Amino acid sequence: MATPSETPIGDWLVLVSENYSPLDFMLVAEHFERFLWGVFVTLELTFLALVLGGILCIPLAIARAYKHPVFNAPIWFFTYCFRGTPLLVQTYMIYYGLAQFDFIRESVLWGPILSKAWWCALIAFTLNTAAYTTEFLRGAIETTPFGEVEAAKASGMNRFTMMRRIILPSAFRRALPAYSNEIIFMLHGSVIASTITLQDILGVGRWLNGRYYLAYEGFITAMILYMIIVFAITRGFNYWEHHWLGHLRPRKETLSASPKASMLGR
Amino acid sequence: MDVIYEYRMSLLAGTLVTVQLALASVLLAIFLGLIGARAKLSKSRVAHRMAGGYTTLVRGVPDLVLMLVLFYGGQQMINDLGEATGLWDYVEINQFTAGVGTIGFIFGAYMTETFRGAVLAVPRGQIEAAIAYGMSNWQVFSRVLWPQMVRYALPSFTNNWLVLIKSTALVSVIGLQDVVYNAFVAGRSVRQPFTFMIAVLIIYLILTALSDSGLRWIDRRYSAGVRRA
Repeated sequence: MATPSETPIGDWLVLVSENYSPLDFMLVAEHFERFLWGVFVTLELTFLALVLGGILCIPLAIARAYKHPVFNAPIWFFTYCFRGTPLLVQTYMIYYGLAQFDFIRESVLWGPILSKAWWCALIAFTLNTAAYTTEFLRGAIETTPFGEVEAAKASGMNRFTMMRRIILPSAFRRALPAYSNEIIFMLHGSVIASTITLQDILGVGRWLNGRYYLAYEGFITAMILYMIIVFAITRGFNYWEHHWLGHLRPRKETLSASPKASMLGR
Repeated sequence: MDVIYEYRMSLLAGTLVTVQLALASVLLAIFLGLIGARAKLSKSRVAHRMAGGYTTLVRGVPDLVLMLVLFYGGQQMINDLGEATGLWDYVEINQFTAGVGTIGFIFGAYMTETFRGAVLAVPRGQIEAAIAYGMSNWQVFSRVLWPQMVRYALPSFTNNWLVLIKSTALVSVIGLQDVVYNAFVAGRSVRQPFTFMIAVLIIYLILTALSDSGLRWIDRRYSAGVRRA
């Protein structure tokens, strides 16, 4: 790729950017490829955490909703702890904390996984989102209209079929608005990866500012990139909600103002 | 566990900073939230747009990014302005101010939605009646709107507050010596980071449990006139 300064317009742009513009945008442009990698890291971590957390939360939510005699209490404890404490501390605990134990450092998992910042971030994010998702999926399962369950029973479905064909699809749909919020919050939470050395969007921004001793450029670029991603996700979900929640539409849905469902079950 | 006891003063001092930060931030958030709600409910299109932009910005940008922008960029901007206008000398934004500013700003947007919903929940007729009695705007607000708003806003406010407390952990990234920062430093020096992180988690759980009972007390107070089934 030709550097911009090889053309007369490029020269002029660099001159303006370095001397007159409040933001040295050409410097950002020069390192834009790095920012794109940052976008990739952010999206990759967010996406994987959401998928893994989403898979994990289904059995947990079912166990909670039907008050499994053995698992209900430990799962409640897990969700309570993970929803009641900062993601930053959870991430630190896994990345910095686990090294405290000799048996972990000597285990086979240490080398390839637990000593790597990327894996630790993924584990922390996954557990965190699983805790939140478990609780609102539980709520959605518990509020399945009884008629639907009754009809399923009357059609002779066994419990597994009923779960797979009636309860979960219906619960997923009703959990969708809450889930779209959760996706945005996971994306917001993923910036914590930059505090454990990872080069996500914010990580690249911090790197740029540190390297050139700048105050704005890296952070402002990161800010704009995050806004674009959130905007795209919101648009996507509006479409999906319209599509999948069509049968619930007449009742006007007011978007919840609260950042996350209360950890104390309000 | 001995090491935790040994560093108890450091942890306690950090917890105090966290609590101060959370309280200062929530006050700013309430203030911004009331202004935001007023703007969202006003007939002025400009005010409406500005409040909309505010909530969109906060929803679009992660908290840590805003905090870093404010802490580094904001400081630079204030000093550039000072230099250009000659009105003030070098100003330093300390970490506490940057933390309160950012967290208050972010949660102000959530409070905007909370208060907007709460204002709308107060029956219109009561406000009309208050105006008919000749109450001033402030009197309508303090005697009719606020006492009822609190009750309607409380569940959502509780959520916001619990999330806010957790958000304060981020200030450790810009170097404010809150409970996370102190525990991290202590954990490093005695090579027991896990033990100290667990201690921090427990402290946060205690803080949220305490605030829950506090908010329940407020709820009882403001719901005194409501019959519950």
